[in-house]
Amino acid sequence: MTPRRVVVTGVGLVSPLGIGTAETWRGLVAGRSGAGPITRFDASDFSSRIACEVKGFDPLDYADRRDARKMDTFIQYALAASLFAAEDAGLETPLADPDRVGVVISSGIGGFETIEREHRKLLEKGPRRISPFFVPAMVVNLAAGWVSIRLGARGPNSAMATACSAGAHAVGEAFRLIRHGHADVMVAGGAEATITPMCIGGFASMKALSTRNDEPERASRPFDRDRDGFVVGEGAGILVLEEREAALARGATLYAEVLGYGMSGDAFHITAPSEDGSGAVRVMQAALAEAGAAPEDVDAVNAHGTSTPLNDRIETAAIRRVFGGHADRLAVSSTKSMTGHLLGGAGGLEAGIACLTLRHQTLPPTINYETPDPDCDLDNVPNTARPATVRSVLSNSFGFGGTNVSLLFRHPGEG
Amino acid sequence: MPDKPREAEGAREPEELPVDERVRELICEQLSVAPDEVTPEATFVGDLSADSLDMVELMMALEEQFGIDISEDQAERIQTVGDAVAFIEQRIN
Repeated sequence: MTPRRVVVTGVGLVSPLGIGTAETWRGLVAGRSGAGPITRFDASDFSSRIACEVKGFDPLDYADRRDARKMDTFIQYALAASLFAAEDAGLETPLADPDRVGVVISSGIGGFETIEREHRKLLEKGPRRISPFFVPAMVVNLAAGWVSIRLGARGPNSAMATACSAGAHAVGEAFRLIRHGHADVMVAGGAEATITPMCIGGFASMKALSTRNDEPERASRPFDRDRDGFVVGEGAGILVLEEREAALARGATLYAEVLGYGMSGDAFHITAPSEDGSGAVRVMQAALAEAGAAPEDVDAVNAHGTSTPLNDRIETAAIRRVFGGHADRLAVSSTKSMTGHLLGGAGGLEAGIACLTLRHQTLPPTINYETPDPDCDLDNVPNTARPATVRSVLSNSFGFGGTNVSLLFRHPGEG
Repeated sequence: MPDKPREAEGAREPEELPVDERVRELICEQLSVAPDEVTPEATFVGDLSADSLDMVELMMALEEQFGIDISEDQAERIQTVGDAVAFIEQRIN
C-alpha cells in the first residue's frame, strides 16, 4: 500500500490562556502570559510557587456529574479538548464508520491529583477506603478510553507516557496509523494536570522550575539570558487527523498536512540532553527525511524551548546544525513563554499551535525576551506576534529519559 | 434518638435526619441521580444504572457515613434502595 497523505481538520485546545482554541490563539497572538501564583494548593513552603493554571474550567460543561467524578482533571481536559477538536473538524456522531476512527491521547504522568488524594485516604483511613475509581481515574490511557466511549470511536486506541514528548508521540503515531491504512480518522494529542504538591515538589527538587515567584508572568522566558527554569502548565491539545482524500471529499477545511514524524533517543542521561544535542539534531533530521523536505522548506519552528538554561542553549545549537545557513531565516518561537510547560500535554498543544500558525499566517511570539543570550542567537520572534508567509512549521518535543519527537506540518495549499 | 449511630465516626449529615433520608441523600450524591428516582423499590443496577464499581463505592460511603462494616455477602444482598435502608436501620439500632 502506498503511504496515504494525512491532514489536520480539527484543533481543540484547553490551555492556561483560555478554554477553547480561539481563546487560546487570541492569548498567544496578544503575547499574554498564563502564569500566576499557584492557587490549587498552599504552595507557601515550596521553592517554586507559580504555575500556568487553567482558569474557570467546569467539567460539567463536558460530562455529566456521574461521569465527571470518575475522571482525573487531565482526563476532563482531554475530553473537553477532544470535543472542541471534533466539533471544529465537523466530525459528526454517531460516527459513520466507527471502526476506522481511533484515539491516541497521551499524558506524561497521568492523574497525579487523584493519586495524592487516594494515597492520603490510604494513610488516614486505611486500604478499605481507596476508591474503586482510583485506578481508572488516574491511569494515563483512560483519557483515550473516555474519549473513545464518548465519540463511539472503535478504531486503534492507545496512549504514550513519554514524559514531555508524550503528546507529540500521540500525534505522530496517529499520523502513522492513518498513513499506513490502520485508521482513516484519529483524534490525537496530549493532556496534563499536575499542579499538585508532589509534582511541583518533585520538579522543584530537580531545580528544573523557575523560582521567579514575585513575577510569575515574567518567569517563563525561553532563550532569554536570565531564564532560570520552566513554569508548570496544564491543559490539553487535541487534533483531528484524517486521510487527505476522504477529508477533501467531505468538504472539510484543512489546517495542515502532516508530512513528517521524527523520533530519536539520546541514550545519554535520565534528565539532561547531551552537550552536542545529538538527539535533537537526529530527530529534526528524521522528520525532514520522512517529509522529503529540505531545510529551506521550513519557515518556522515551534521550539521545545522550556526556559531552562540547558535546553534552550542546546536546542539552539541543534537547530543551527540541522538548518545550517537557513537557521538565520527561521522563526523559532517558544509558546511555553505564555502557556508554561504542559509536559505530556505540550506536544499536543504545540502541534495545534503549529496548525494555527499555518492557518493564520502569523508567528506566535516568545514573550519575556529581554536580554539576548549569545548562546541563543536565533530569531525567537521576541515579544510580539508577527504576520509572515509560513509554508511549514516544525514542532519539537524533548522528554526526560532522552525521548525526542519532531513533527513537520505544511500549509495545505503547498503541494 | 433510636436511629442515632453508636459510632458516628465520619458522619457529616445532621444526625437528626431519619436514616432513610440520610441513605437517600447519600445515594443521590454517589450516583448523581435525582431524589425522585430514589424510591424504596428502585434497584441500584437496573433503575439507577449503577455498575459494579459504583456499588463498591456506595457501600464504602454507607460504611463511612454510618460507622458500620458491610461484608461482601451483605453488600450482594443489597439490591434496592429499600434493602439499603433496612440494612442500615437494623445495623445501627
